[in-house]
Amino acid sequence: MADAEVIPIGTGGRPGRGTGSARPSAASRTLASAKPAPASPRPPREEPRASDDGVRPPVTTEDRAPTAGISPAEWLAALKTGAVEVFGDDWEPQLARFLAFLRRRLTGAYAVDEYGFDQEIAEKLLLASLRPIAAKWFRIDVRGVENLPDEGGALVVSNHSGTLPVDGLMTMVTIHEHTGRFLRPLGADLVFRMPFVSSLARKGGATLACTEDAERMLAGGELVGVWPEGFKGIGKPFTERYKLQRFGRGGFVAAAVRTGVPIVPLSVVGAEEIYPLVGNVPALARLLGIPYVPITPLFPWLGPLGLVPLPSKWLMEFGEPIRTDEYDTGAADDPMLVFNVTDQVRETIQQSLYALLMQRQSVWG
Amino acid sequence: MGSAVDPDNKVVLVTGVSRDLGRRLARRLAADPGVDRVVGVDAIPPRDDIGDVSFVRADIRNPVIAKVIAKERVDTVVHMSVIATPGSAGGRGTMKELNVIGTMQLLAACQKSESVRHLVVKSTSTVYGASSRDPAMFTEEMQPRRQPSSGYAKDVAEIEGYVRGFARRRPDVRVTTLRLANVLGPHVTSPITSYFRLPVIPTVLGFDPRLQFVHESDLMRVLTHCVHTDVAGTFNVAGDDVLLLSQAVRRLRKPSVPLVRPAVGGVASVLKSFRMADFSPEQLGFLTFGRGIDTTRMRAELGFEPAYTTEQAFADFAVGVGNAEGAVERMVDGLAAALPETEVSRG
Repeated sequence: MADAEVIPIGTGGRPGRGTGSARPSAASRTLASAKPAPASPRPPREEPRASDDGVRPPVTTEDRAPTAGISPAEWLAALKTGAVEVFGDDWEPQLARFLAFLRRRLTGAYAVDEYGFDQEIAEKLLLASLRPIAAKWFRIDVRGVENLPDEGGALVVSNHSGTLPVDGLMTMVTIHEHTGRFLRPLGADLVFRMPFVSSLARKGGATLACTEDAERMLAGGELVGVWPEGFKGIGKPFTERYKLQRFGRGGFVAAAVRTGVPIVPLSVVGAEEIYPLVGNVPALARLLGIPYVPITPLFPWLGPLGLVPLPSKWLMEFGEPIRTDEYDTGAADDPMLVFNVTDQVRETIQQSLYALLMQRQSVWG
Repeated sequence: MGSAVDPDNKVVLVTGVSRDLGRRLARRLAADPGVDRVVGVDAIPPRDDIGDVSFVRADIRNPVIAKVIAKERVDTVVHMSVIATPGSAGGRGTMKELNVIGTMQLLAACQKSESVRHLVVKSTSTVYGASSRDPAMFTEEMQPRRQPSSGYAKDVAEIEGYVRGFARRRPDVRVTTLRLANVLGPHVTSPITSYFRLPVIPTVLGFDPRLQFVHESDLMRVLTHCVHTDVAGTFNVAGDDVLLLSQAVRRLRKPSVPLVRPAVGGVASVLKSFRMADFSPEQLGFLTFGRGIDTTRMRAELGFEPAYTTEQAFADFAVGVGNAEGAVERMVDGLAAALPETEVSRG
C-alpha cells in the first residue's frame, strides 16, 4: 500500500502562503521585510482626555483591573457589611462559631458513636434542611407527643407508606422538634448496600434492622424507630392505602420485651398520597436488585420533577405506650406472647389510622 | 528427666519472631520477671536484636516444633505467626501453608506435649467479615454473615476452627484466642498501615466505613496479660469508639479519591504490583462496609483495659504519616484569630 500523501498545513512559522516551500511568496516577502516593531517598552499611553466632542476614549484591559483603586480599608468594610448581612448583628460570635465548625469538619476532629451517628451533621444539616418541608410542605399535625419518654429506651413502631421512606425522615424531624431527642431508625439491609444512602443513613443515626442492633440500641437508652411492614408497606399499591401489611416476624417486639422498654405506636396519615404508586416494573426491579420500580402519576413521566412529593396534609399520632417491663425474663422467647403483642400494636395503629382518616377533611388539608 | 513441670518455672514459646511484632513481644516477655525463659521460633532468623530470647530456627510447618516444645519444656505457647498478606511470605500458596498447616503442626505438637498449660492465639476481627448485613457491633458469639471463601479471612476462620478443636481435646490447657482490630502504630507494617501511608488515599465512592484500631503497645500489653492471666476464652480486643474512614483521612490531612467499587479493585491490583499497598478482597470489603467489635467481654472477663482509644491510636500513628497543616486550615485559623475574642472562640 502506498504511503498517504502528506499535505502540509500552514507555513511552519515562516511568512508565506501554505505551499510548504521554504521560499515565501513575493507578497509575503514584502510584508515581512517591513521593519519589525521595536521591542522597546510600550510608550506611555496618553491620558484619555475628556474629549471635547463627547466621544469616549477607548478603554483597555489595564483600566479594567477589578481591584484597582479599592483600598484595604474599603475591603474590610465590605466584608464586615457582608458578615452582618449573613450572620446578623451579632456576627462576630456567629462567625467564630461557624469557623470553629468548619475547622472541626476539615480536620475530622469530631466524634461519631459506635453506629456511625454524627450528631452535628444530623442536627445541623439533615434535620435542619428537612424541618421546613415538614412544616410548610406537609404541614404535619402532631398529637400525643407526651407519650414519648423524655429519657431512656423506647421503641417507636410506625406504619410505613409512600414509595420512598419520606415518612421515616419526617418522623425523625418531628420527634427531634418536639422532644429534642434523636430517633434512631432501623433500616433494611438494602439501605446499607447502596452507595451514598448507606453513609448518610449511618451519619443520620440509622442502623441495620436486626435483633442484635435493635437490642443494643434499646439497652443503650436510645429512642429507636422501626417500620415493621418494611417493603411490603412502603411499596404497596395506592389502592391498598392505609391497610396495614403483615408486621414482619415480630422481632421488634422480642427486642423490646428483652430490653424491657415501652413500645410507642405511631400512626402516620398523609404519607400514602405523596407518591401514589399505581404501577410497578417487576422485571426491571429484579434486574436492579431492588424491591420495586415505582410508577406514579408523575414518575417517570416528568423525569426528576416527578420526584417532588405531592403536598398532602399529614397527621401523626403517637399512641399510648405499651409496657413490656412486666413480662418475665424469657417472655421474649415465647412466640405466642410475641405474636399477641405484635397483633396488639398492629391493631392499635390500624384503629388510630382509621380515626385520623375520619378527622382529615381532605387529602390536601 | 521427669515430665513434671515446675509451676514457678515459666517457659514461653513465641512463634513468628522474625517479624517485628513477634520479636518485640518475645523481648518484652524475656524482660518480664514473671517469665523465666522465652524461646522464639521462626523459619527465618529475626533481623534485629532479640535480647535474652533464645531463638530456635524451626519451621512450624514440620514436626521439629514438637521436639523444641519437649526439649525446652515450654508451658505457654503464644502463636503470633498468622500472617495477613502473601507479600512477605512469597505467595498466596505459601501464606496459606504457613497459616493453616503451620497452626495445625503447632497444635499437634501442643497436644502431644505434657508441659504445655496455656495457649494464646493472636487472631483477628477479620473473621467476622464485612458486609451490608452486619450488625453494628460484633460480639464474640456472632458468626460472619457470609463465610469467607478465600484469602486471609478463610485462613483465620480455619485456624480458629482448629484451635477450638484443640481446646476440646485438651480441656486441661487454657486456650485464649484474641480477635484484634487493626493494629496501628509507628512501627507496624500491615495492609491497613500501607493503605494510610499512600500519598493519595483511594476510597469507595458513597461509603464511609467505621474503623477500629488497637495501638501496638496495647497489643503487647494484652498478649503479656494473657500469658499471666488464668482466663480462657475468645475475646475481641479494640480501642474504644470508632473512627469513620473520612475522619481518618481528614486527620491525616491527605487527599482522597473516591472511586466506584470495581475501580478500587483495579487500583488495588496496580498498587499491589508496585508493592505500594496490598489490597485483598476482605480488605476491600472492610473499606466499604467497615466493622465494629464489642469489647465488653475484654473488660469484664479478661480484665484488660487498653491504654489507647481508637482515636488516640490513630493520632499516634498519624504523627509520622500525616501531612502538615494545610492552607485552608491556616486560612480558617487566621480568620478566627482576626476576630475579636468571644466566648465561643475561647471555648
